[in-house]
Amino acid sequence: MLAADEGARVIAGGQTLVPMMVMRLARPTRLIDINRIAALSYIRGDGDGIAIGATTRQCVVERDALIATKVPLLARAIPNIGHAATRARGTIGGSLANADPAAESALVAITLDAVLSYRAAGKTADIPAREFFIAPMTTSLPTGACLTGVRFPVWQGEKIGVGFHEVNARRSDFAFVSAAAQLELGADGTCKRIAIGVGAATDFPLRLDSAEQHLAGTKLDAKTVDAAVREALADIETLADLHASADYRRRAAVSLAKRAVADALADAQGSKPHAH
Amino acid sequence: MSAAGHHRYVSADRRVREDRRFVAGKGQFVADVELPNMKHVAVIACPHAAARIKSIDKRAALKMPGVHYVLDGAELAAATHPLMTGLDTPHVPRRPLAFETARYSGEWVAAVVADSRALAEDAAEAIEVDYEPLPFVLDAEQALEKGSPLVHEAHGSNVLLDKTFVWGDVDKDFAASPRKLKLRVKWGRSSTVPIETFGVVVAWDPWREMLDVHASIQMPRYADQIGAALKIPSSSVRVHYDVDVGGSYGVKRGIKHTVLCGYLARRLGFPMRLIEDRLDNMRGGDAHGPERLFDVEVAFDNSSIVRSMKMRALENLGAYAGRSPFQLGKPIGAIVGPYKIKSVQYRAIAVVTNKTTQDAVRGFGQGPTNLALERCMDEIAHVLELDPLEVRRRNLIRHDEFPYLIPSGTTYDSGNYETVIDKVVAGSGYDELKKERDRLRREGKLAGIGIAACLEPSGGNATFEALLNPAITTSTFMDSCRINVDGLGAITATMHTTSSGQGHETLVGTVIGEVLELDPDTVRVVRPDSLNSLPSGTPVGSRMAIMLGGAAFHAAQKLRAKLTAIAAHDLGIPFERAVYKHAEVHDRDAPANRRTWAELVGIAHRNYHRMPEGFEPGLAVEHVYQVPTGGTLPDKDGRVQMYPCFSFEFHLLLLSIDPDLGETKILRYRLGHDCGTQINPKIVRGMTMGGIAHGIGAALYEEFAYNDDGQLIAQTFMDYLLPSSHEVPPVDIVDHETPSPHTVLGQKGSGESGYLGAPAAIANAINDAIRPLGISINTLPIKVAKLGDLIAAAQERK
Amino acid sequence: MRIELHVNGTPHEIDVEPRTTLLDCLRDVLGLKGAHAGCEHGVCGACTVLFDGAAVRSCLMFAAQAAGSAITTIEGVTPGPGELSPIQDAFCETHGMQCGYCTPGMILVAHALLADNPEPTREDIVEAISGNICRCTGYAQIVEAIALAAERLRGVNRPRSPSK
Repeated sequence: MLAADEGARVIAGGQTLVPMMVMRLARPTRLIDINRIAALSYIRGDGDGIAIGATTRQCVVERDALIATKVPLLARAIPNIGHAATRARGTIGGSLANADPAAESALVAITLDAVLSYRAAGKTADIPAREFFIAPMTTSLPTGACLTGVRFPVWQGEKIGVGFHEVNARRSDFAFVSAAAQLELGADGTCKRIAIGVGAATDFPLRLDSAEQHLAGTKLDAKTVDAAVREALADIETLADLHASADYRRRAAVSLAKRAVADALADAQGSKPHAH
Repeated sequence: MSAAGHHRYVSADRRVREDRRFVAGKGQFVADVELPNMKHVAVIACPHAAARIKSIDKRAALKMPGVHYVLDGAELAAATHPLMTGLDTPHVPRRPLAFETARYSGEWVAAVVADSRALAEDAAEAIEVDYEPLPFVLDAEQALEKGSPLVHEAHGSNVLLDKTFVWGDVDKDFAASPRKLKLRVKWGRSSTVPIETFGVVVAWDPWREMLDVHASIQMPRYADQIGAALKIPSSSVRVHYDVDVGGSYGVKRGIKHTVLCGYLARRLGFPMRLIEDRLDNMRGGDAHGPERLFDVEVAFDNSSIVRSMKMRALENLGAYAGRSPFQLGKPIGAIVGPYKIKSVQYRAIAVVTNKTTQDAVRGFGQGPTNLALERCMDEIAHVLELDPLEVRRRNLIRHDEFPYLIPSGTTYDSGNYETVIDKVVAGSGYDELKKERDRLRREGKLAGIGIAACLEPSGGNATFEALLNPAITTSTFMDSCRINVDGLGAITATMHTTSSGQGHETLVGTVIGEVLELDPDTVRVVRPDSLNSLPSGTPVGSRMAIMLGGAAFHAAQKLRAKLTAIAAHDLGIPFERAVYKHAEVHDRDAPANRRTWAELVGIAHRNYHRMPEGFEPGLAVEHVYQVPTGGTLPDKDGRVQMYPCFSFEFHLLLLSIDPDLGETKILRYRLGHDCGTQINPKIVRGMTMGGIAHGIGAALYEEFAYNDDGQLIAQTFMDYLLPSSHEVPPVDIVDHETPSPHTVLGQKGSGESGYLGAPAAIANAINDAIRPLGISINTLPIKVAKLGDLIAAAQERK
Repeated sequence: MRIELHVNGTPHEIDVEPRTTLLDCLRDVLGLKGAHAGCEHGVCGACTVLFDGAAVRSCLMFAAQAAGSAITTIEGVTPGPGELSPIQDAFCETHGMQCGYCTPGMILVAHALLADNPEPTREDIVEAISGNICRCTGYAQIVEAIALAAERLRGVNRPRSPSK
């Protein structure tokens, strides 16, 4: 049906699509409601990862014990999506497929190298998150395809820590900039592995690859983190809008990435990160 | 009953009777009104900041299913009079639909009538309007320049008002002052933005020649204005006041919507319903608020005593003006705030631009003026290296100086500002706050304390109309109440306007219960329609407690006197010996000799032979109450008494700013509030907290922002940011009661409280916080990223 | 299209256009006027209803999507004509409203919160209502209403003293 009608749209939670339709900015010829496909709503272990079905409600992920222990970065990020009332309807797949640069789910997917699955023409296929988001509100999902799920790798290790920060006009608004970090410490306290992502600042969430390379093997002292993050974000082309300038987003990206790393470090060390 | 007297129901912690229907979802809002055969209206908005309308092609729309009519501005202009304006500006006509030229992006150019709103919107998309874009101007200062595009060419300039007043010897006071300071302050374009948009349902009965209007309205002389525009007698307009209004705070003034629907209802013979959607409301609802640029100069001495002030206020009205220019006039009645400034020069300029039209917003211009004045007080403290609180204390009008005449001709009724402030800073409060601020600063945060000492003029003696427009000679501002006790003794009282959450039914019941010494909950309060109403105003100018409360009080006093006279006559005793107590009357000299309520009702309704001679049967009384201290017009020097009562509020807060992100966090907030006698403390507190929340919005979040193309870019709730529960901190409110000598119970107004000082206090706190960086900010709203950019620039320079 | 909606415990067979939102359906088809339109883009919360017990925006759903689920509106939490629920009564006690337009949504959010968390902290309450904009009150008396309702509801559920 989706392939046959170019104007057709898939509706999941509808928390973005419906207002677009009410404002007559979106005019689908046909809406395909996937909310009732029970097979698309699940959270389960899947090899060395956790798989989440596309229509799983954000509020379900928010409260899920498996997510809290296995994908703590996602658990940390989810409460920042909209309000409780929109998370009650909004879905994980919907927010990924919508590809808003400020989507928290997209940032976590990029930061953790999640893999997205879709069905098209009767076949199932995978896309790594880093190849999925290609422009604001635009994905590499083929025409006629429907996102079915996302798989987050689970980091094994004793001392895993996560950090998440964002800045917005009001607490529940779309972020101007968000930052996520997950890291693993060795027994001696050096960083064995680290992933850092920045969302909302650019067309789609970024990974700070060069910073990650610099920081792995270090003790993550503030000065080293500062230099690594600054360097990784030095040349990014940031978005500008009514609420925040491009310069603001660049500075905030640096500041929040550092805070996310600091929180992740404290988390891994077992101390409670200070609340945002 | 004296103002200082002991009250039984007034000031008691009693419930608000209106609340019962609202918690059950049983308010009767305009969108809940359904009339048989009702048709739905959608409007077509101009996409350009200014454009000539070359043609409107309706053909495709008219062929669509369920579509009845497409109305354009030419047809409507030929059939109706332009809408009423406050100033005499005949070449700046305002109409519901643009005629020949559209003057802002979002202005309505046509309207579609269909069987449902969705069908009307479908058809609206099929209407093709051919526009020729015109040059436009968005900025008020640019609009003043020679060569600027003219918003209304026939008017010859963009200036609708430019008036300078000089009260006192400003030149001499400036010359005699060793210190001067200039400040430019800007209040950004925001508004009250109620959660219910404006809506109206209009039906025309050609056989009775009656236009029935249900609307979410808060507008003085609404029925008169509808009649005048539609060229029908105002006695053919029946406005139903028993519609609950879902918030207004000034702006619910949909006269253009009403005239549009009134015309269509008469033209097509169906009831018409136009409920704005949020987009209609934000860009075309004509409900923006002040956007004001102040240039202020103050003259003071080395001990910080302010002697004189020169204030220039430039208002960006948007494309058309109803009453909005008067928002430059109302603050004249409290132009010096709570301070003893001896002389003032005030220049008020209002210009039109290609932005959405404004209407009245909570405070009617007082909030912006208070911001300018309070920013100056802080800057004076800074240059003299004095504590800002001390500067205010030195300049305050003292309790023993009331009544106090300010230079612009208004006499303040009463106040005890020093006591309110003392209560707020009681003990070590202020010093603790300073210690906390300094501790935060040592931790590397930016932190600041904000103070604002502000007045809320209340009572609505709106003589600024005559001051700004000499053609106006209105000195009458009234409100009314009728009380009827029926044959079984039940009491019904009336009020004659809509309410939008202020609890007026509770107000009327409480006051009548107090006077008649009976349970207020037994007093039924109803709202007759406009044709059955006595002369009344609407809830503007923070006036209802004073005016409706005053009318209800006097009507109840008349009833009490009549009951007493009937009893005295029936008891055969002189009137002076008859004592009214607890809804009965007894003989002072023989208390057992009495007449109960039921007996008196029986006499009045059924025993005319027992009535005093000349008395009308029954127990019906009414009172039309003129505003206290009102009834005068401006003198030749532009001095006049404006509002009768002046409430006082003192804000004290501590906030921190994240230096990297510009995020502000209010850590402590205390408010001292004195609105005289509080008739219902729950209502007063709610109004005040709501006002603070609204003020936080104006200070930090809310702005109708435009891009360079003249497009409103904050036109949804995703871009126009209303404070949520996260953004409003707990506020510790400290009450004080200085009764007004002018009002029946000592009450003053509180409908604008909190809002009139919160923006000033927050702006002062932010400036205190960023001052160590050598910067200041005087433009509201102070949005997160804007503040972040400003701080970053300052840090780079260092 | 023809759908069956379960609203306030009653099934309704109704005809709606596919594009009809749940909000419009409740108001215009079923005559339940307690849910209000504020922004119609999911920000203000005036249209809040309970959807299988969770507070959701009825303006962000199509009526057709609600078929088969339990919808509760403000009319459904009112015990009877002229009677108030403990939460409604608490809102009256603290005057947790002014114009009443956002009030049904606030009360339904409070229902969802207290069903889940009988002892909410101030922060919990603030978070729960943060998706519902009130322009009148500045929220203080709403927060107090919900805290009062929670306290009273806990009292109702507390076991009676075993002394008798």
